[in-house]
Amino acid sequence: MVEGRGAKMMFSSAIAHQPLALVNARLVGASSLSAEWRRGRGGVLIVDGLIRDAGPGVAQANLPSHARILDCGGDVVSPGLIDMRAFVGEPGAEHRETIASATAAAAAGGVTTILARPDTFPPVDEASVVDFLLRRARDTGRVRVAPSAALTQGLRGEEIAEIGLLQQAGALAFSDGAHSIRNARVLRRAMSYARDFDALVIHYAEDRDLAGEGVMNEGEFATRLGLSGVPREAEAIVLDRDVRLAALTGARYHAALVTTSLSLEIIARAKAAGLPVTCAVSINHLTLNESDIGDYRTFLKLSPPLRREDERRELVAALASGLIDVIVSDHNPQDVETKRLPFAEAEDGAIGLETMLSAGLRLVSSGELTLDRLIEAMTLRPAEILRLPQGRLDVGAPADLIRFDPEEPYVVDPAKLHSRCKNTPFDEARMEGRVKLTLVGGEIVYEGE
Amino acid sequence: MPDPQRELRFPHRHLLGIEGLSPLDIAILLDLADEAVEVSRQVEKKRSTLRGRTLINLFFEASTRTQSSFELAGKRLGADVMNMSVASSSVKKGETLIDTAMTLNAMRPDIIVVRHAQAGAVHLLAKKVDCAVVNAGDGAHEHPTQALLDALTIRRNKGKVAGLIVAICGDILHSRVARSNILLLSALGARVRAVGPSTLLPAGLKRMGIETFTDMKAGLRDADIVMMLRLQRERMQGGFIPSAREFFRFFGLDEAKLAFAKPDALVMHPGPMNRGVEIDSAVADGAHSRIREQVEMGVAVRMAVLEALAQHLPNG
Repeated sequence: MVEGRGAKMMFSSAIAHQPLALVNARLVGASSLSAEWRRGRGGVLIVDGLIRDAGPGVAQANLPSHARILDCGGDVVSPGLIDMRAFVGEPGAEHRETIASATAAAAAGGVTTILARPDTFPPVDEASVVDFLLRRARDTGRVRVAPSAALTQGLRGEEIAEIGLLQQAGALAFSDGAHSIRNARVLRRAMSYARDFDALVIHYAEDRDLAGEGVMNEGEFATRLGLSGVPREAEAIVLDRDVRLAALTGARYHAALVTTSLSLEIIARAKAAGLPVTCAVSINHLTLNESDIGDYRTFLKLSPPLRREDERRELVAALASGLIDVIVSDHNPQDVETKRLPFAEAEDGAIGLETMLSAGLRLVSSGELTLDRLIEAMTLRPAEILRLPQGRLDVGAPADLIRFDPEEPYVVDPAKLHSRCKNTPFDEARMEGRVKLTLVGGEIVYEGE
Repeated sequence: MPDPQRELRFPHRHLLGIEGLSPLDIAILLDLADEAVEVSRQVEKKRSTLRGRTLINLFFEASTRTQSSFELAGKRLGADVMNMSVASSSVKKGETLIDTAMTLNAMRPDIIVVRHAQAGAVHLLAKKVDCAVVNAGDGAHEHPTQALLDALTIRRNKGKVAGLIVAICGDILHSRVARSNILLLSALGARVRAVGPSTLLPAGLKRMGIETFTDMKAGLRDADIVMMLRLQRERMQGGFIPSAREFFRFFGLDEAKLAFAKPDALVMHPGPMNRGVEIDSAVADGAHSRIREQVEMGVAVRMAVLEALAQHLPNG
């Protein structure tokens, strides 16, 4: 269970024990309940912060008399999104983001659980920092914040972090954030040790030497723009090594971001061999490509870089087939000073918590992906990988729920985004599917106008 | 006391490892050691078994307890004992292991006790000398007298070794003590477990018939013997484990973890101990501990080994 929910104190504490029913909704999301409810409209009954019932049987007519009833008018109700890769700024980068601002953005974007990146200042390599994050999340967060902790001490890639003690403090996964571990012996030992604790290892696969000075995808576009490129192999070589180490050690391995078809081949082989290997793709790599960089737009400078359109399509197909497990926001707030620079000098990263659902819905409306699969990759699969009880419409699951109309159009206005930084690649973009309501543990943490 | 086994001589010229010893060979040594315990507990501890013989302690690696234990064992049996700490002598001047062995051999010793940092070095040396050779530890390979003294301690406390569950815990990877004990205790019919983080468990243990555990509580469950190994400080810097405090929390033997073993379990440690790293002081000094008894058994086992090898010496 993830601790740390400021929501309880900040919102509607007076009605904490009043049952809440979302009725007249289109339910989307995994459930062990009868498949029949998918056909028609239904509802979700929430008691004491947990889902008490879900399906067509939950309707206005047969609810407890004291229940508060919300008519969803046929909108989608699904589990809240679980984002396995976001930078929340604390501790040490509060000028870029705070738990308060990140979770406000998350709530508005329908994200109810954030796995926070450990490469903060200081990094999350001490049990006391995990404890700090959990307390900050409890006191200032609107949605759940689950800390991930460093895989190696100081993220230096040299010595194993205190995985046992960090796990006991509440770290849900182990990763060096944006750092890729260069030394295979170190990673092997870290994965062996993690396996003993049944800990999830999340690794960012990048051969830094091969990536070199590259700032965008290697190829025609980079050449035309006069920018140095990062070959796809920089990712694939390290991922291949990692998967072999997963086989050697038996550790649960999750590739933080895959962006190329070369990586997909490696993941496919690992899964076919039955290895405990999973992977994620960022919403950016699913919905944008290198040509969107256009006239040196630094908000689209990402690491790994945006790839070619044919690669993007392969990523979407792999997501549709389940080869890619999870969609992440890769939320990475960068302030104006570090983005308003020549492309090669600008920082990497884009914010994404608030727009990941809408951006994902683009793939649904274009027919590339089903709504069910989109929601699964943002709810059930991350919950399964992180072993969280959320992400499902099951009786007894925490009532982390969102309501949205997947077809309601809007235009992204950066000024209205909740993140402290406005480096969205979707500024002024036409989107569909704005979140209208977000519940965490049965309590309303966001309500759209 | 007429004992039919005593009529059987220990059949080996050297003691290079537990590997190659039969259960009967081991029993011969342990029986001799039982007698040596009695000798050592008398006021007059001196025997004349090795009178006139020369014993050289050749230690390429620093050691206090093993070297003094062999020295005492040799002296109690009447031998002339010479200690050579090679770490500070000709080896530093570039002499090879074989040249050192040939030089010593020319001095006509009867038994050489050797410790070396490299696995296999003692075997190499044994091929080049005419006298008996005892392995006092070669790299991460074997330390046969330690395993024998552990078995002696167990047998004297439990009356047997066969059928006991022995959990060897901690840094198995770098431990010659663990390897020798695995061979010896398995040969005598004990069920041996290796318990430690995966980073400190060597590959292939399961194929050697050893159960492995990465969780102390599971590994200690119903154990008759809990054998802790020394975690070497340099291993902590080497990236095998995150820190001493984490190691102690999850793999250090404290009262709570010991409670998973049998109520009459024995706690052992080859020494020297890192208190608060692999073992809690309360356990090291507690009622289950046989750590000090192990030291006493060490002298007795070494007397037994020297006596057994003396049977093969010329005019022995």
